[in-house]
Amino acid sequence: MNILANIISLTIVFAVPLMLVALGGMYSEHSGVINLALEGIMVIGALCACFTLQAFDRNGMGKVHPQLCMLIAIIVAAVTGTLFSLLLAFAAINLKADQTIGGTALNTFAPAFAVVVTWAVQGQGLTTIQIPSWIRITQESFGLEQGKGFWDMLIFKYFYLTTPIAIVLFFAAWILMYKTKFGLRLRACGEHPQAADSVGINVYRMRYAGVLISGCLGGIGGIAYTIAVGSGFSSSVGGYGFLALAVMIFGNWKPVQILGSAVFFALFKVIAAYNSSIPFLPKFEGMKDQSSLYQMLPYIVTMIVLIFTSKHSQAPKAEGIPYDKGSR
Amino acid sequence: MKVKKPLAENQMFISVLASVISIIAGLLFGSVLLFILNPSKAGIGMGAMLTTGFSSLDQFGKVLYQSAPLMLCGLSVGFAFKTGMFNIGATGQYTIGAFCALYGAIALQLPWWVCLLLSLIGGAVWGIFPGLFKALFNVNEVITSIMFNWIGMYLVNLLLANMPVMLASAWGASNSDRTAALAQANPGAVIPKGGLDKLFGNSSWINISVFVAIIVAIICWFILEKTTFGYELKACGYNKEASRYAGISANRNIVFSMIIAGALSGLGGGLYYLAGTIQYVLEKKTLAMGFNGIPVALLANSNPIGTIFSSLFISYIQVGGSAMQPNFSSESTDIIIAVIIYLAAFALLMKGVITGLLKKSMKNKDDKEAKA
Repeated sequence: MNILANIISLTIVFAVPLMLVALGGMYSEHSGVINLALEGIMVIGALCACFTLQAFDRNGMGKVHPQLCMLIAIIVAAVTGTLFSLLLAFAAINLKADQTIGGTALNTFAPAFAVVVTWAVQGQGLTTIQIPSWIRITQESFGLEQGKGFWDMLIFKYFYLTTPIAIVLFFAAWILMYKTKFGLRLRACGEHPQAADSVGINVYRMRYAGVLISGCLGGIGGIAYTIAVGSGFSSSVGGYGFLALAVMIFGNWKPVQILGSAVFFALFKVIAAYNSSIPFLPKFEGMKDQSSLYQMLPYIVTMIVLIFTSKHSQAPKAEGIPYDKGSR
Repeated sequence: MKVKKPLAENQMFISVLASVISIIAGLLFGSVLLFILNPSKAGIGMGAMLTTGFSSLDQFGKVLYQSAPLMLCGLSVGFAFKTGMFNIGATGQYTIGAFCALYGAIALQLPWWVCLLLSLIGGAVWGIFPGLFKALFNVNEVITSIMFNWIGMYLVNLLLANMPVMLASAWGASNSDRTAALAQANPGAVIPKGGLDKLFGNSSWINISVFVAIIVAIICWFILEKTTFGYELKACGYNKEASRYAGISANRNIVFSMIIAGALSGLGGGLYYLAGTIQYVLEKKTLAMGFNGIPVALLANSNPIGTIFSSLFISYIQVGGSAMQPNFSSESTDIIIAVIIYLAAFALLMKGVITGLLKKSMKNKDDKEAKA
């Protein structure tokens, strides 16, 4: 039973960054901007949050108020992610640049910047920022006793502040997208910006909002990923930004389905990492490196799904096309 | 008599000027960043980046060697651009190409030129997917390419792990995380040096790959500029609907252009790993070489001949970047490359500004002449 608890809790902790970043991508694409830079935004968010955590660890505040410090680190990640996404927003919206190329530029920039800065701050060769251990929420945080039962494993083995925050942000996303004026206007800008403009919606402003929200969520996703991996931050988020794009497409650009596909993708990641210790998986006799097989599967499944859904794709119609007031 | 076109209307000149401006902006940004991080070492660092490539024949040999795969990845991205496709999947095609070349070299014991053909075919096969998915199902090629980058990388890892003969451990070395060194496994698969090593002071890097790449670049230029097929490809890139109206099958051209783009990247992988100096290491991240084809193509404005020069430049600062250690990380060059890509994203705007400025200055000149 403990292994089941382990798998479930690991799946949750890996689904959190995937869902957050995919939701971020969803905001951006519904506003009409393809955010290919999510990977880079995650890296920048994680970098700044990790430096924040490290600083709290050094001055001793971290051990006294662990969750407060964690919250500050998450806010730092959100803010830096938002600031970084401004670069994409400016290029894509004001300068009407090619969005995929702009995103590629940010993706090239972020990991390089992270390595160079980490190198400069920590000294040569030290490219991994260690994460302090006090950030985990334990039974003690609630005044409970430390146990080794099923529920203890399930809830507390990998319990971080990012998980409840992700849950809140998920409900916020659903309400914002479908129950508010803002959501309706945002989606209008991604479907038919000219029509939106004609009824008085400021398309540029809505697109800025979409990209900046995606930057905010991407930044939080970055620190959530780093925590989930647990071995410190070494200037990379392992392609999770791109995987989140797949999650978003697989989730049909809708919050609830994105949650489902995030869990699905995370489960495959967990199986890939722990396939040898999971008893009920098929064992391919004589095959080495089965983790690669399981890592590959979500991408293949996404492609197959794309083939079948492309005719009725829910993708925003105007995504990727710069909005030009003058064009018809 | 041929009338000389005014500078402001010379597209080639404006493109080159825009690229030079991007490069200068990238270098400036990089210098400022290094200065902020470590003022005392910034000068040494930038100096290392900008001079190492010419500092010795050995290093210059390395510049030429690395420029070959970069050139092919750049050609690949550029070729797809011409048909209106963004081939962000060059790294996947490159990985598959590298695998096919190494498979031919180590497992099948084939000579180098057959291995290069295999890499070409492998890359082409990987390029079919984004093209077909776009043509048949209208799936965005960027998404397909990204998915197939990861599928390709994991597939190659999976295949290599299950082919013990491919790994270095089967050929007298102790490590099983990389492919066998070609010097032991099959010296006949190493791309010949063609006497260039003597010219370059026994540089271990140099071989004929850069010339192969230049020949391929010229072929690409020929296809795009001098054949009907190339004209149709470009027509699709300019305006898909109009070309369809003119009787050009857009879908067919999309698939063909992606196959060619894939083949180019694949050949790049073959050229890089058949040099005998590098072994393929099983990693959990996609290879950077394919992504670096993007700035190469952007700097060259997708022009195959321009790609020769832009790949030499990117290779030059990359070789310089590794000499910046231990003061700075070699990734500093990637920051400069990122700025170049970012500026290229709004190249049209920049070109508009340059044209405007040139026209203005010329008008001023004309006015002055008129007054005089």
